[in-house]
Amino acid sequence: MLNRRRFVQQLLIDRGDLLVIPGLGSATYDVAAAGDHPLNFYLWGAMGGTAMIGLGLALARPDRRVVAIPGDGDMLMGLGSLATIGVKQPKNLAIVVLDNAHYGETGMQPSHTAAGADFVAMALACRFREARAVTRIEEAAGVRKLLHAGEGPILVNAKIKPEDVPHVLPLRDGHAIKQRFIAAMNSA
Amino acid sequence: MHSPTNIETSWPDRIYAHFRRVGIRQVGYVPDAGHSRLIALCRDDPQIADVVLTTEEEGVGLVAGAALGGQRAALLMQSSGVGNCINMFTLLRNCGFGCVVLVTMRGEFGEFNPWQVPMGAITQDVLRLSGFLTYRIETADAVDEIVGAGCEMAFSGVQVAILLSQRLIGPKQWTK
Repeated sequence: MLNRRRFVQQLLIDRGDLLVIPGLGSATYDVAAAGDHPLNFYLWGAMGGTAMIGLGLALARPDRRVVAIPGDGDMLMGLGSLATIGVKQPKNLAIVVLDNAHYGETGMQPSHTAAGADFVAMALACRFREARAVTRIEEAAGVRKLLHAGEGPILVNAKIKPEDVPHVLPLRDGHAIKQRFIAAMNSA
Repeated sequence: MHSPTNIETSWPDRIYAHFRRVGIRQVGYVPDAGHSRLIALCRDDPQIADVVLTTEEEGVGLVAGAALGGQRAALLMQSSGVGNCINMFTLLRNCGFGCVVLVTMRGEFGEFNPWQVPMGAITQDVLRLSGFLTYRIETADAVDEIVGAGCEMAFSGVQVAILLSQRLIGPKQWTK
């Protein structure tokens, strides 16, 4: 299983103009830990909505690559959005689920994926073009390639260790995060 | 049945004309009989990405993503769907995403199904408490003005909800 910080850091190497939407909680901290970037739209709430924000952005900007990075709890809350994304078939959207099979923010209670719920099977059933699980850090480079050049919709289920890592807390002001993101996107 | 050119039933066309006028490019919806003509108009328009949702709260994320990408989006839902969105609506307030939501009302004038009444009765208050400016349309002749003004305000960064009363839409037909 993956170390979440190492995996996310490797995912975002040479990210170029990739648009990144991390879900609330540890996903936002992991993306911040990989290096603050104006093209990160950090979420501090809206649990269940991360993938759909990715869809709206991917439809609005077909010329750019978009990756949504929810945790497993966030993805579970928005499972219907896999069906919605499957209908629209956005070629430029990937979802990378950081799946530690636990609700880390609330006391590490086991999540549904601990009991076997399988995002890869769900994504394929919703007509995603590509869906795979990764468990080894050596696979990160392949996933990075997929984010930049694979044909979406793509789902990667990153099996990460359920470990506590130090919180890295980025900007919290939603208006500021949005304005910074839009300004950077329009200048890149 | 009504003729589509009848003033009472052509209000979806006027809403659609405002969507075109203000440049709405994404429309999220959970299918709804009251919105069926407007949904069909949006689906037929290559300039509009129509996004059929499994639940209305998905639409709130869609609107936010569209706005990040520089596109205007609208949501169509039934009053029951408003209740599904409450926590997700905070995304709009937290980040200042403008949004226009068109809500077809159930559970009021002429409603056959009493199970629609509790949500219909609180829909406008829920929207107001969630930070929306709310406008209610009772008659077809008010659609043009209110939807026009609502769309303008929404895309100055305000959350606007327009409630289309059951009296305007007509009660759901329960014939077998």
